[in-house]
Amino acid sequence: MSGEKTVSDNQIDSYRRRFLGQSAAIAGAATLGGGLVLTSVAGARPAEQAASSANRWGLLIDTSKCASDCDECVKACETEHGWGRGSTDEQHSRPEQKAQWMRKVTVRDRATGLETSLPMMCQHCAHPPCVDVCPTGASMKRDDGIVLVDKHRCIGCRYCMMACPYKARSFIHEALHEQKTESPRGKGTVESCNLCVNRVDRGEQPACAEACPEKAILFGDLKDAGSEIAKRLASEPSTEIRGDLRLDLGVRYQHI
Amino acid sequence: MKRYGYSLLPLLVLLLTAGAPALAGAPKPDIPEAIKGEQCVEDTGFMRRNHMELLEHQRDDTVRRGIRSKKHSLKNCFTCHVVKGDDGKALTVSDPRHFCRECHDYAAVQVDCWQCHVSTPEAAAKGGRL
Repeated sequence: MSGEKTVSDNQIDSYRRRFLGQSAAIAGAATLGGGLVLTSVAGARPAEQAASSANRWGLLIDTSKCASDCDECVKACETEHGWGRGSTDEQHSRPEQKAQWMRKVTVRDRATGLETSLPMMCQHCAHPPCVDVCPTGASMKRDDGIVLVDKHRCIGCRYCMMACPYKARSFIHEALHEQKTESPRGKGTVESCNLCVNRVDRGEQPACAEACPEKAILFGDLKDAGSEIAKRLASEPSTEIRGDLRLDLGVRYQHI
Repeated sequence: MKRYGYSLLPLLVLLLTAGAPALAGAPKPDIPEAIKGEQCVEDTGFMRRNHMELLEHQRDDTVRRGIRSKKHSLKNCFTCHVVKGDDGKALTVSDPRHFCRECHDYAAVQVDCWQCHVSTPEAAAKGGRL
């Protein structure tokens, strides 16, 4: 029962946030007037301002709400970034070669047989092995903790794919044609979940968090003590996958 | 002096007559007008010489630092510099009439922006399916 209460609270919060964001944007546009239009929503930094280490973006995923037959988060990711079912490219690659920014994984407790379903993607480590091994500086961590590939520098060596303990990265084997404006991808480069940097920079949450029908994925700023995610992490138990590696993950799970 | 002048005259006439059609007939890229028809984000001459510098600077700022100012972004180029095909749809870079290709083909400069980036305005690119 307490679980249900949390769901409705979350929804109210997201409605409030959206309403406040919209009204702030309207107010901003009105006051500036002229040719200048303020497009950022409340909470989003201005377009000219760089990402700051004052923030660290992360996810908290409650696997108890995650149904094994649901993959809405993966679908949303595919649509947002134009891979998998979100595109008709990659006709020649084998399934294991194809792009996979995010996947649903089922884990089973050997002793009890309990099965848990969860979405798996880049864990946005504070100490990312993929960044350590990259010979060109393409694999990088932004100041706000988002780990991504700068494809302008990627030479496609795939060293980062070997280094990642979470199998979060994939390599594009063939020429693509149906890329999204906000998510450029191309042959010969490595890619992975980028926590929807394009959306985060606009002040929105990642596509997966928005799409989850159970609101099992909570996005927020781990460094902001007042944020919902920080409050929940401080008051409820959560786990890092392969925490023994001490990579200080930006993505945490509950009930696994 | 006078002697030289007369002897050079036929040569001068020859040069002018032979050179004139060659100059007039030199092929030039047929640069399509921007759809908005206003001034570009910078002076036209400056853009012709330095657009690559601006784009390269912007790409690093955007990817690595998260600065998403629109002025010098590739997306902003295509918002104005769009060429419509016979069917009224925005042409992609696979068509030689595309804005970038007009000059890049002429100057034989190959760039690989479009291996990853969309070469049409955002509205036209939103045809993604699922």
